[in-house]
Amino acid sequence: MRNITYVEAIREAMSQEMRANQDVFILGEDIGIYGGAFGVTNGMIEEFGPERVRNTPISEAAISGCAVGAAMTGMRPILELQFSDFITIAMDNIVNQAAKMRYMFGGKANVPVVIRTPGGSGAGFAAQHSQSLEAWMAHIPGLKVVQPSTPYDAKGLLKAAINDDNPVMFYEHKMLYGVRGDVPEETYEIPLGKADIKKEGTDVTIVATSMMVHKSLEAAKLLEEEGISVEVIDPRTLVPLDKETILHSVRKTGRVIVVYEAVKRGGYGAEIASMIGESDVFDYLDAPIMRLGGRAVPMPYNAFLEQKAVPQVEDIVQACKTIMNK
Amino acid sequence: MSKLGENSLFSQEQLRKMLYDMLLIRRFEEKVEQLFQQGKIHGTMHLCIGQEATAVGACAVLTNEDKIISTHRGHGHCIAKGTEVDRMMAELLGKVTGYCKGKGGSMHIADLDKGNLGANGIVAGGLPLATGAALTSKMKELGYVVVCFFGDGSTNEGAFHESLNLASVWNLPVIFFCENNQYGMSGSIKEMTNIQHIAERAASYGIPGEIVDGNDLLEVTEVTKKAVERARNGKGPTLIEAKTYRWRGHSRSDARKYRTRDEEKEWKTKDPIELFKNKLIEENILTEAAFLEIEEQVKKEIEAAVEFAENSPIPGEETLETDIFA
Repeated sequence: MRNITYVEAIREAMSQEMRANQDVFILGEDIGIYGGAFGVTNGMIEEFGPERVRNTPISEAAISGCAVGAAMTGMRPILELQFSDFITIAMDNIVNQAAKMRYMFGGKANVPVVIRTPGGSGAGFAAQHSQSLEAWMAHIPGLKVVQPSTPYDAKGLLKAAINDDNPVMFYEHKMLYGVRGDVPEETYEIPLGKADIKKEGTDVTIVATSMMVHKSLEAAKLLEEEGISVEVIDPRTLVPLDKETILHSVRKTGRVIVVYEAVKRGGYGAEIASMIGESDVFDYLDAPIMRLGGRAVPMPYNAFLEQKAVPQVEDIVQACKTIMNK
Repeated sequence: MSKLGENSLFSQEQLRKMLYDMLLIRRFEEKVEQLFQQGKIHGTMHLCIGQEATAVGACAVLTNEDKIISTHRGHGHCIAKGTEVDRMMAELLGKVTGYCKGKGGSMHIADLDKGNLGANGIVAGGLPLATGAALTSKMKELGYVVVCFFGDGSTNEGAFHESLNLASVWNLPVIFFCENNQYGMSGSIKEMTNIQHIAERAASYGIPGEIVDGNDLLEVTEVTKKAVERARNGKGPTLIEAKTYRWRGHSRSDARKYRTRDEEKEWKTKDPIELFKNKLIEENILTEAAFLEIEEQVKKEIEAAVEFAENSPIPGEETLETDIFA
């Protein structure tokens, strides 16, 4: 199978869907000849033209609302929001319009819009370009929230998101764009709401999202050498959440750590931990559920501090050792 | 008021229908006020009494395929675009037979089949959505135009400026229709902007800005028709500013301390319904007897709407969590 990058996988998903369906188009800042801030739409304007790879003014309020208005009238827009931090400027259209429209109108409106946006730290972009705000969106009824961690998942999930009749927040991670993986050339979808077991194990379950999947897998390798067997589950979609796959793993291992990059306080890890605590697998737990998340600080610029602000491989290793001794 | 006569855009029957619709809006609003005082409608309400000519005048030149997007003060727009008053009334009473199954209420009535893309509770919330609906028309070559209603208060929101700019650079078939009723809640337009006419702002976006007497139905139709033709012929958006007045307060709790009773009296001498009725009588298009008949029909339609709404069931709990996702 071909080995391609996360960026290429996302581009391929969009291109295939645009070839298959004239209603699909992309809009966003600098996505034309420039190819987008991270090069995701490189070359797409050449194939699809400026009508369907639509460069917008820097106007997040207008372009997000425009995407919603186009979606509710029969198009399937993909909005590239240049950095996930800029969601604050697009918030009204996502939270007050897209998410609620179907419900407010008594089930009449379909809003098939995908908002793709890079989040996460690690690039030295400091506090206004490095946040992980997916928990905000997961809190809003009416939005689906996706966080692919691999090129394979990115392609399959994005295709499912484009073909979904609901608004979908599609969180990419800017440090994953260059990551390579096996991706079939043919079209395929990964259903929203289906987790993936990235590695099987028997002693500890790690539920990790986005970049933290990779760090957890690295940690698992190191722990294996010390005789600790780690199972890594990637929910892939926060909404809908595949509870069963997580609970099944917890039944098997009896120990669970939730690892996520977003600020730990009020983050989605609390949701996963509570979901486990409230379920009937509580009795299988051999230790209290642990959460590893980002520190409650605006993302610092300094590379050392930036690293310290979010969980690293050694933190995950340490957490696993701690939970094994409980 | 401009002259009727041979050059009129409308047949005599259409002219009488416009009078009927304005009166239907007036009586609907008065009935809503009454039901509210009786405790039969909960929440709040934003009445458009005094603004009937903008709604009916603008919608009179639209086809069934053309779209509107409305505001929190949207009952008039709904009625003018052909929405049935019985299901509107049912919605206000929170009944399952309402346009939104009782889930949307006054501020969220939509009737997509008739091109009513919905009222909006967010000030300036509709403007970017309207650009998106217009983009669909353009990309799919559907030929419809979108009339986006908003109040003077919206014009100091970022979404107003971003949307006008976007619609202008993309040359979209949208008419930005500002009902300048002089107040954004308690903030008078004189206090809140430093320009005389909102229409002047069109110059910043390279589009025409038209000022119209919003209490003169025929003037509204003429100006809107011109804008609709421009939009339909691919000449892009127009900003229309219709000067009008809301007779009631912003909402139920408004004691109108921010304006004088003399000012209100002055505007009431320019009652759009009276002006139009007198015009039709002067030009022998309507007799007093025929007007009484219209009044009687309107009364019956409102009574039937209230009866329908009151006799409709409330939604069951099983509907609470439906209509969130498609």
